[in-house]
This record gives sequence, structure tokens and C-alpha cells, in this order.
Amino acid sequence: MTAYIIRRLWQMVPTLLGVIVLVFILFNWVGGDPAYVLAGKISNQEQIDNIRRQLGVDQPWFVQLWIFIKQVLTGDFGASWSTNEKVSDILATRLGPSLTVLVPLLIIDTLLSIGLALAVAYVRGSLTDRAVMIACTVGLSISVLVYIIVFQYFFAYKLGWFPVQGWGNGFWENLITYARLPILIGLVVSIAPNLRLYRTFFLDEINQDYVRTARAKGLSENRIMWIHVLRNASIPIITNLMAGLPSLLLGAFLIERFFSIPGIGREVILAVERSDFPVIKALTVYVAFATMASNLLADLMYKAADPRVQLK
Amino acid sequence: MTSASMTNGSAPKAPVRIARAIPHTVSPGLWALAWKRLKCDRVGVASLVIVLLFILMMIASATGLIAKDWAKETGANYAPPSFIGADIEGGAPAAGASPSGMAAAPSSSDFKSEVVDPLADVLAEIKGEKKPAATDAAVPGADAGKSVDPLADVMADIRKDAKSAKADVVEARTATLPLGGDKWGRDVLKKTIKGSETSIFVGLAAAAVATLLGTVFGAIAGYYGKWVDDAFNWFYSVFSSIPYLLLILAVAAVLNQKGTLTIILILGLTGWTGTFRLIRGEYLKHKAREYVQAADAIGASNGSRMFRHIFPNVSHVVLVQLSIYTVLFIKAEVILSFLGFGVPVDVVSWGSMLNEAQNELILGKWWQLAAAGTAMAVLVTAFSLFTDALRDALDPKLKGLAGA
Repeated sequence: MTAYIIRRLWQMVPTLLGVIVLVFILFNWVGGDPAYVLAGKISNQEQIDNIRRQLGVDQPWFVQLWIFIKQVLTGDFGASWSTNEKVSDILATRLGPSLTVLVPLLIIDTLLSIGLALAVAYVRGSLTDRAVMIACTVGLSISVLVYIIVFQYFFAYKLGWFPVQGWGNGFWENLITYARLPILIGLVVSIAPNLRLYRTFFLDEINQDYVRTARAKGLSENRIMWIHVLRNASIPIITNLMAGLPSLLLGAFLIERFFSIPGIGREVILAVERSDFPVIKALTVYVAFATMASNLLADLMYKAADPRVQLK
Repeated sequence: MTSASMTNGSAPKAPVRIARAIPHTVSPGLWALAWKRLKCDRVGVASLVIVLLFILMMIASATGLIAKDWAKETGANYAPPSFIGADIEGGAPAAGASPSGMAAAPSSSDFKSEVVDPLADVLAEIKGEKKPAATDAAVPGADAGKSVDPLADVMADIRKDAKSAKADVVEARTATLPLGGDKWGRDVLKKTIKGSETSIFVGLAAAAVATLLGTVFGAIAGYYGKWVDDAFNWFYSVFSSIPYLLLILAVAAVLNQKGTLTIILILGLTGWTGTFRLIRGEYLKHKAREYVQAADAIGASNGSRMFRHIFPNVSHVVLVQLSIYTVLFIKAEVILSFLGFGVPVDVVSWGSMLNEAQNELILGKWWQLAAAGTAMAVLVTAFSLFTDALRDALDPKLKGLAGA
């Protein structure tokens, strides 16, 4: 097991290097001279030269690449070009609000979509099943933007059930007051695709021989569905969950933007709007790393869910 | 032997003499069979018709047959939809009620009520003021900027000029429009049609780019194997370890230049990974098959084997991918344009309409949101249902696995 983890971590190195090179090419070559990007903010030629020296862009490209690799390894991406705040500080302070919304969202969404998917898979082919599937297809087709705009207007602005937007200081205050509507919208958006997907996973299992055997043994339908079918369908569910995990770091950026939640996602949009390259670079690398880590975690969880899985 | 006969599979094996003796019936090809299956699928046909209607609308709008004058301010500002009737409230919500500066434009401008409207003079002035701006540059947004400009007094002389033009502005405008009007009195119906042009075109073109890249990369990686495969797989794992939307936003930040072509490139260049994975797998499977060995024996080159012999046998996968990507990219374009990273401001798209509608909703002007949202939902629903039907028709073994 330990050997496997070490080998997998070792295999991440080339991919991570690739990500670094990709980001480097994007921002240092395609993006052009950062001094020109900054020129809109600072007009003084001397200052621009100064900044170029500070950023190291007057150096040859391999020195610049080395600077970037050092930044990734030390986690010190310098200061934001817009606010002069340290990039590591920005990311650290924005992570909390994002997680306050997204962790409850992920938990509720997973439990609800698994429960509902088991239910509709159990009554597969019935009117309920078809109605739920049609609702999911239609629900999926409506833009996330429409959901956010309408929900914010109707539930917060018109009915006043939730605050229209904002964010407080205390964790509980945020969770109980401000995060409720964002979580609700997140659920509406994410349950439809997950429910559809998980239903197909359960349908694959429901006709297997072991289900008939379990019935023949006289097990209750609840036990068959929740213990036997769920466990056997858990591998694709874990894959889907883990694939969505890195976006936890990125945050539901549209929701954060609409509700003025000072999270990572909103920060990304602000950074793109302001051409704040250090922030985007840092985030891209970190999120790529989180993706690889969650892939590894997913493989380890397969083993826990299904002892037949061989880790190679 | 042609690749077409390979697709049929069974026919060419029989000796020539026997083939003559038996009345020669060509067994229907993959596409004919798929079409037959698709025709039996009522939901599939209905969704195909809707998708085709949308594409027809897009072509008609692109060639200027319909919605050519979408930018013309034909109605009153925020003209309500005809089925509701003219706005009788007069000077409704105060401009300050909106949290956003953009929406601080005059909220009502019904001409029948103008006589009793205490704000009529101001409204007329602002309306008149728009005239020169609208004629010399059709840039929406410039007008709104002026109406909230605290330095607007400086523009007094421009307004004086404009007052003379006010008369024909007023008489050209109607109180209601079929699906309502936007802030500047432009017809929402025409905007929605024009917006479909951008959204559908971007979706289709970006999907074509992404599928093409994914197919070519996947074919090369799967066909050649060995170190080529390793190299492409490394490339794939690099691209797929960055979440898709973050990659799009990063590329958008770097390119920093708006345009339909830019957004097609952004979506296309970042979106090839899914197709790559599937096509690579298909090529790995197919390259060892007998018909490819046969092609090798008759001296077909690598390129010919890859694209003339194997490709027709995996093309159904490509087609389904193209369909899936189109839906995905239509959605992505709407979000990008909404955020202002998509098409430029003078191009209307469903995303930019939703952006305007966001502020209008607080004033109670819901029709632009409804029009853009509904048009998109109908198209995306139809396209997804069509994709499912297409997949079932092309690969009946999969039937029932996904949805339905």
C-alpha cells in the first residue's frame, strides 16, 4: 500500500511539470510581457522597468521558468498585481467562505442524489421514474444563470426569506444566514445530473444475480438496495464524487459572484477581470495538484469499497 | 475493397460466382440502419426537428433574412410584451431602488402616460439624448453610461441638438413589442433570434474544433502506441488535471481580447480531452482487427489505414461526441458571455442578454430573462434528447443505459 502511494506520487511529477510548463507558456509567452499588462495600471516607464526587474521578466526564459518552479515549490507566488496582497494570503483567506458553502452542499447533494437515485431505480420504468427523468433533463437544460437570477430575485429580494447577498464574520452566522440560499441553488443545479448518473449506475447492478440471491435469502428490500446494490455501485459513484472534489477548491464561482461571497471562485473571476496573473497562475497549479491528489484518493477508496480491486 | 464495403462487414467475403447467382441485395450500411432506428424514435425525431429549426433560424439570421434590424430601437424603453398590454403604471419604480448602477436608467416610458408623468421632461431629455449616440455608434452601454453620468450637465448642448430629433424618435416607437423590449426599446424577440446566431454558431464551431483535435490526437496515440501514446497521454493528463472552467478562464485572461473567434478557440483548444480518451480507446481496439491487417496487406499507408479504414468504423463515436460538446459549449458560451469574457459588447448573445436581464428583473422587467432563458432551455433540451437518440440509434447495445 505504502509502496503504491509512493509510486503514484512519483508518477505525478511529470504531470505536475507539464502543468507548470503549460501555465508558464500561457502566461509568460502567450500572455505577453507582463509589463504591458501592468502598463494600464502604472504608466511610469521607470516603474515598469522596476517591476520587470522584480518579476524577472528581463531575464532569459529558462531563468523565468526556474523562478516559476521555485514559486510553485515554495508556495510563494509574490503579490497580486491589483491589490498588492500576498497571493498565498489571498488564497488562504478565500478558502474558508468557499468551503462553508461547498462542503455542506457536497454532503447534502451526495446523500440526496444517492437516495433519490436508489428510489427511482427501484421503481424503474414506472410513471414516477419517467417523470423524474424528464424533470432532470429539462432541469439540466436551464442555464445555471437563470436559476441563480430567478432564485435570488424571488426568494431573497421578493419574498425576503434569505438575505439578498453578503457575508458575515462568524462561521455559524455565515452558514445559517448567508450560505442557505447559495446551498439551495447549488443543490437544484447539481442534483439533476447526479441523480441521472447514479440511477444508471444502480440500474446496472439491480439485475445482477447477487440481487436475486439476496432476495431469495429473504433480505428486506431496503437492505438489498442500501447495502448490496449501493456498495456494488459505489465505484463509479466515488469516481464521480472525486472528479468533482477539485472544483470544491475552485468554488461555485457563479454563485459566489452573485452572492458576494468572498471565496476562491469569486477571486478567480476578479483576477481574470483585472488580468491579475499571479493569482490565476497560483490557483491553476494548486487546483491541478488537488485534482491529481483526489484521483489518487479515489483509487485508494476503490480498494476500501471493493476488496476485489487490485492496486497496481 | 473500399472502406464502405468494410463497414458493411459481411458482404464481400463471399466468392464472386455465388454473389452473382443470388440476387444481389446490398445490406444496409451503418448509417442507413441508424437512420432507420432514429426514425422510429419519436422523441428523437421531434428533438431533431427542433434542433434543425434552431439551426435554420441561425442561418436565416446570419444571412440577414430575419432580425437584421435587431439593434434598432423600435419600441418604448422596456416595452412590455404585447400579450400583457402597454405599461399603465407610468413612472414606476424609482431608479435608486436598484442596487446596480447600470439599471439606474429610466424605468418607464409609456408615451400615453407621458402627459401626467412628472418625470416626463427628464425622460424625454434622456431619450432624446440617446439619438446621436445611437446613430454614430451602435454600442449599447454607452447610453446607460450617460444617463447615470454625474457630469451629464456638460452634455447639455448635445441634448439641445437632440431635442429637435426627439419628435421622430417618439413617433417611430411602439408601446408594446411581441416579446417586450429591453432598456433601449430594442425588440427582445429579434435580440433572441440574433443571440441564437452567436450561441449556436459558437457551440457548433467550438465543438467541431474540440472533436477534430480530440479525434486526430486520439487516432495518432491509439494507432501508433508506444512512445507516441505515452507522449499524448502525458499531454492529456496535464490538460485534464486542470479543471475545465479554470483552464477556460485562464486562457481568456491571457488572450484578453474578445471576439467570436477567440471564444471558439478557447473552448475548442481546451475541450478535446474527452474525445481523445474515447477515440484512443477505439483505435487501440480496432488497429489489431483483421480488416486493418488486410489494409496493411494491400499496401495502405499508415495515414490511409488510420483515416480511410479505421475512421469510418469509429465515426459514430465522433458524431455523438460532437453532439455532446455542442450542448456543453452552448452552455459555456452563455456563462462566459455573461461574465463579460465572451463575445464583445456589440454582439448580442444569450449570455449578454441574461446579463442585462439580471438588472432588469429587479425593476420587474422579466421578459428578456424569460426569452433568453427559454430559448436556451428549449434548444439544450432538444439537443440533449437528440444526442441520446443518436447514441441509441448508432449503438443499440447501449440502449437503456443512459436515461429513458
